[in-house]
Amino acid sequence: MKHLIPEFEALKQRLPLEGLNGVLLLPCLHRIQQERGYIHDEDIAFLADYLAMPAIQIIEALSFYTMLRRAPIGRWHLQLCHNLPCALCGSDNLFDYLHERLGIRPGETTPDGRFTLSAVECLGCCGTAPVMMINETYHEQLTLESLEALLKELN
Amino acid sequence: MPGRKILTDFPLTPTAHHLDDYRARGGYETLAKALHSLRPEDIIQEVVDAGIQGRGGAAFPAGRKWQVVNPHDGQPHYLVANADEGEPGTFKDRWVLEYAPHQLLESMLLCAYGLGVRHCFIYIRGEYDRPLQRIQTAVEEAYAAGYFGEQILGSTFSCDVVIFRGAGSYVCGEASALLNSLEGKRGYPRNRPPRLTVQGLWQRPTVVNNTETLANIAWIIRHGGAAYRAIGTEKSPGTRLISISGHVAKPGVYEVEMGYPFKTFLEQDCGGVAGGRALKAVIPGGTSSPILPPDIIEGLSLDHESFWDVDSGLGSGGMIIIAEGTCMVRALAVMLRFYHHESCGQCTPCREGVGWMHRIIQRILHGQGTNEDLERLEYIAKFNTGTTICGLGDAAGAATIGILKHFRHEFDHFISHKRSLCDGRLELRCAS
Ligand SMILES: Cc1cc2nc3c(=O)[nH]c(=O)nc-3n(C[C@H](O)[C@H](O)[C@H](O)COP(=O)(O)O)c2cc1C
Ligand code: SF4
Ligand code: FES
Repeated sequence: MKHLIPEFEALKQRLPLEGLNGVLLLPCLHRIQQERGYIHDEDIAFLADYLAMPAIQIIEALSFYTMLRRAPIGRWHLQLCHNLPCALCGSDNLFDYLHERLGIRPGETTPDGRFTLSAVECLGCCGTAPVMMINETYHEQLTLESLEALLKELN
Repeated sequence: MPGRKILTDFPLTPTAHHLDDYRARGGYETLAKALHSLRPEDIIQEVVDAGIQGRGGAAFPAGRKWQVVNPHDGQPHYLVANADEGEPGTFKDRWVLEYAPHQLLESMLLCAYGLGVRHCFIYIRGEYDRPLQRIQTAVEEAYAAGYFGEQILGSTFSCDVVIFRGAGSYVCGEASALLNSLEGKRGYPRNRPPRLTVQGLWQRPTVVNNTETLANIAWIIRHGGAAYRAIGTEKSPGTRLISISGHVAKPGVYEVEMGYPFKTFLEQDCGGVAGGRALKAVIPGGTSSPILPPDIIEGLSLDHESFWDVDSGLGSGGMIIIAEGTCMVRALAVMLRFYHHESCGQCTPCREGVGWMHRIIQRILHGQGTNEDLERLEYIAKFNTGTTICGLGDAAGAATIGILKHFRHEFDHFISHKRSLCDGRLELRCAS
């Protein structure tokens, strides 16, 4: 991930000097995950070196934040919200449908590695519930029909 | 129309969020004036006079928070806009980021000038896609126009802003956890004192305010604190963004003048309960604010004092409408699963207690509940209150106590009949 260093250096321009390395940790992790899909041991060693930070601090952070992953997942990450407003608008039916259609429950990946399903908490988008993220994009006001149409597009 | 408007007082055209449109509406004029004619302490004084209360949940007066900071003490100070927006039912900061990003940025600049801040952060929840793009674009537009950077608009004031993405943690919306997260640590809430305005980010005086709170500041400085105070009620000045969801005909974000009647708001502005059903309950301000039945909420006006009087609150403004026929036992189960999952695990009453509550409600849902279970639930919920580092443990307790207070009969029914009084339904097929 050394090729990202110029990008990381650019981030420093608008940051205060104190605590500089710490404040870069999450942005660097996000960027690496975007590149590789997850955070590899190599990345931890690289960041520990680049940010002059004990590797354990990086591992601690990684274990805390649900968006950061230590292992690869399916090509399409379906993150369906199961908090109250989405549940009031039918997200349970969508979970059932996904189980029927893809054979996976939250936390599982299809054997062909295409889909990983996660049940997530409120995505801050309840006005257009039910809501699901596919990779980084929100899909709102889902129905069984629109969900099916989305699945057909994902290959 | 739910009263006067401050934040949403412009047409939502496809370019309304861009700098040119914002400037055409008089945007950044207040900043230019303030930098040349106001002293930092004047800014703080206007915000104190405005009486604006925080919109993140606790309704603490922003001016009183700011007054703790001495803009001239010579050490670095920090300002953070809290755009973590994790409280279930809340999506109004998303509206600010998407449609009024420059209002937020101009407000932050004014605040930074008032508090002697050189570096600001916008801590935005990691999942947000379009809100992130919109605020990023706005920041670049503002830099290019010279509103951020060195010696802004020919003054001696310099200021930078950085957008910082969270990484999926509800508790990081709590101000001190948020600062730990910014510092590159786990998002553990900190014990107070010291207050964050005394020792916050890197132990420096730091102001953390909710995105909506901050977005009001440009209006307040432009029109004066007294003009702001004249809007709303005496104890709750101004307006509020209410994000309304659940079984409601027209969900969305509405700006409401404080004091506006709830019943009119729901029935006339939001189209009433979806499918014309009867109202069963309302969670007024995110799931952390205790639920209210119709006979109580229908008489209330939308301001803090009215909701505090009935042991609830307007909280984050995330209003969830629940129609007749919804199973309250399952609703509580959803909430407790959430709090259990999001507990950071530092405090025993929250880590263990919320876990116990979660397991008890699951037991009841599986038809294995006993009458003692309800007492246990209440006992644990009460024990949580005030015994934890942050408000998450309290919130789980308050949500539980609230729902048991008003819907206990449904829990009794579930336990004795091993099934729901309402067929276990959360979703209602509402022809809306
Ligand atoms: C568990 C927990 C989660 C919170 N989440 C948020 C949040 O997502 N956004 C927010 O603005 N405030 C949140 N708060 C409140 C903040 O701690 C803080 O009070 C607020 O950001 C201060 O801004 P305000 O005074 O302008 O409301 C949360 C508090 C707790 C206890
Ligand atoms: S109350 Fe819960 S979330 Fe808050 S600090 Fe304690 S354990 Fe963590
Ligand atoms: S509950 Fe699903 S987005 Fe808020």
